[in-house]
Amino acid sequence: MALRAQTGPYFGDFGGRFVPESLIAALDELGEAYDLAKADPAFAEELAELGRSYTGRPSIITEVPRFAAHGGGARIILKREDLNHTGSHKINNVLGQALLTKRIGKTRVIAETGAGQHGVATATAAALFDLDCTIYMGEVDTERQALNVARMRLLGAEVIAVKSGSRTLKDAINDAMRDWVTNVETTNYIFGTVAGPHPFPEMVRDFQKIIGEEARQQVLDLTGSLPTAVVACVGGGSNAIGLFHAFLDDADVKIVGFEAGGEGAETPRHAATITKGRPGVLHGAKSYMLQDEDGQTIESHSISAGLDYPGVGPEHSWLASIGRAEYRPVTDDAAMQALRLLTRTEGIIPAIESAHALAGALELARELGPEATILVNLSGRGDKDMDTAARYFELYDQENPK
Amino acid sequence: MSTVAPVIARRNAEANGALIGYLPVGFPTLDESVEAAVALVENGVDVLELGLPYSDPVMDGPVIQAATQQALANGFRLSHGFEAVRRITARVDAPVLIMTYWNPVVQYGVDRFADDLAAAGGAGLITPDLIPDEGADWIAASERTGLDRVFLAAPTSTDARLAQTVEASRGFVYAVSTMGITGARADVDQAARTLVGRLDEAGAEASCVGVGISTPAQVAEVLGYAKGAIVGSALVRALAEGGVAAAGALAADLARGTRSE
Repeated sequence: MALRAQTGPYFGDFGGRFVPESLIAALDELGEAYDLAKADPAFAEELAELGRSYTGRPSIITEVPRFAAHGGGARIILKREDLNHTGSHKINNVLGQALLTKRIGKTRVIAETGAGQHGVATATAAALFDLDCTIYMGEVDTERQALNVARMRLLGAEVIAVKSGSRTLKDAINDAMRDWVTNVETTNYIFGTVAGPHPFPEMVRDFQKIIGEEARQQVLDLTGSLPTAVVACVGGGSNAIGLFHAFLDDADVKIVGFEAGGEGAETPRHAATITKGRPGVLHGAKSYMLQDEDGQTIESHSISAGLDYPGVGPEHSWLASIGRAEYRPVTDDAAMQALRLLTRTEGIIPAIESAHALAGALELARELGPEATILVNLSGRGDKDMDTAARYFELYDQENPK
Repeated sequence: MSTVAPVIARRNAEANGALIGYLPVGFPTLDESVEAAVALVENGVDVLELGLPYSDPVMDGPVIQAATQQALANGFRLSHGFEAVRRITARVDAPVLIMTYWNPVVQYGVDRFADDLAAAGGAGLITPDLIPDEGADWIAASERTGLDRVFLAAPTSTDARLAQTVEASRGFVYAVSTMGITGARADVDQAARTLVGRLDEAGAEASCVGVGISTPAQVAEVLGYAKGAIVGSALVRALAEGGVAAAGALAADLARGTRSE
C-alpha cells in the first residue's frame, strides 16, 4: 500500500483513541462528518475557494541562494506558508475544521494554543464564521506571547490562561479537553496539530497536505526534478506532515523533521520527542513522548513556544519507526542563528519554529553536497517573535529596555 | 470471579447500596493517604478507589488535580500505589480498586502491573482514559489474574457502546453522572438516572454512579436507582482541609445515605 494512503485510527502501532468515554460520541460525530465532507466535492470546493480568496493560496516558493551559500552551495527553496493570512500554516487546518463545525451544527469552538498561532487562526475563523470561541493557553505562554493574546481578544475570542500543571501547551490541551467533555453538545474542538485522538491526526494532516502538494509541483516546475530532501520543524508535527505527505511515496526524496533540541538534546531541557522519548499514551494517542520511568510526562523546553510540546503526532512516530523519515534535534541557539542569517541574507524574518527547519537545512546541505536541492517549509513568520529575538540578540536600546 | 461485585451485592441486600470512596495515593503524604483510606472504610465506605497521581489527568476537576499535583511534587512513584494497596488491605477488608490513567500502566508493563496489583491484594482497575476498544492487553491481563476491570459509561454513549462496555466490565460499570469532569455539584444530573436505566437494559449487573456526588442526600438519591454511589472530590477536599479525621467524618456522614429510607 502506498504510504500516502495510510489513514487513522492507527499508523502502524501508533495512534488510537485513549480518551474518556464521554468524548467518544463527539469523536465519532466529528469523524463521520469528516468522512462525509471528504466525499463531498462541494466541501472541497468551498475549502479551496477559501484558500484562494482568504488565505492566499497557493503560497509561493522562494529560492534563497544567499542563505544557501552558508550551507556549501546546495539549492535551498522555501515554501512560504509564512505569507498565509494570519502568518502561518495553521490557517489551512482551522478553515477546514471551522467549515466542519458549521456542518455539524455546533455554535462554539475551543482550541489550545502554544505560541498563539493556532489560537489566532482559530479566533480568525471564528470571526469569519460567526462562532463563539474560547482559546486555552498556558499561563507561561500568555506571558511570552502577549501580543498574540491581544490579537485573539481583538478577534473576539475569550482567552483562558491555564494555571494547572506546567502551565504550557500540554496543560492547555488538558483544559480544552475538559471543556469539551463538559460542553460537547454545543462545542467543537478545533485541534491544532496532527496529535490527539483519531480522527485529528488524519484530519489535520489532510487539511495541511496541500502544502506539499503545491510545493512538489512548484519545485518540479522550477528545477525540473523532485528535491533531494524535504525538511520541516516538528513540534506536534502539522506543518511537517503537511509538507512531507506528498513526498512519502517518492522513495528517492529524503525526509527529515527537525525537533526542538532546546539547550541540547543531551540536557534535560529540550523538546526532542522522537530523538529522546519513547512510545507512550498522551492526549489521546499512542506516540513517542517525553516521560519518566513511571510514565509521567516530562516538561519540554524550547525557545519556541510552538515546538515546546512533549508529544508528537502518531504518523511521525510511524514514519520514524519504519525509517521513512528521520528526526533530528536543533538547539535553541542554532535556530536563532538561522533566524538571523535568513533575515540578513534574504530579508525574510522566519518564526523561531521555522528557524529550526532552516538550521536543519544548512546542516543537511553540508551533508548532501552542492548538487542537492532542499525544500524547506517556512511554516510561519517571525513577527510574533520580535521580543524574543530582540532580547536574544540584545536589540533593545540599553537605556530603554522594553 | 469479581472481588468487588459480591460486596456491592451484599450492600444492596442489607442496605440501599454501596458507597465507593476515592482518594489519591500520596496526598497529602503516603502515610496520611493510607490512614485516610483506612478511616473511610472504618466509617462506612464499602469499596475504595485509590487514584494514582498522573501528570495529565484530563478527567479530573480542580480539587483532585491540586491534590494529585501535590502528591507528584512530593515524589509519588508508582511503587507507592502498590505499597498503599498492601498496607490498606492488611488493615481493612474492603476491596481496593486502583483508578489510573493508562500511560503509567503501559510504561510499567500491563502484565507486570496486573501481577503486582494482584500480589498487593488489589481488586482491579478503573481506567478513565481507556475504552474497551483499546483495552485488549488489559482485558487479557485481568482475565489471567482475576482482577476486576471497571470501564466508564457516559450519557452520550450509544446503546451499542453501552452493551460493549457492560460486556467488557467486571465488578461494576462506572456511570458518569453528567457530561464533565470530577467535582462536587449541587444537583446530580437526571442524565445519571437515564444512563443507569440504559445500562440495566444492556444487562449490567451493577452500575455505580460517579462525578458530582458530595452529600448524604445525593448518595441516597443515586442509590434509589443505582447499585453504588462514588464520592471523590468531596472526600479529597475534606482531607485537604481537615485531615484524616475530617475525611472519616464525611465518610460516616455519606454512609448515612446508604441507610436512609
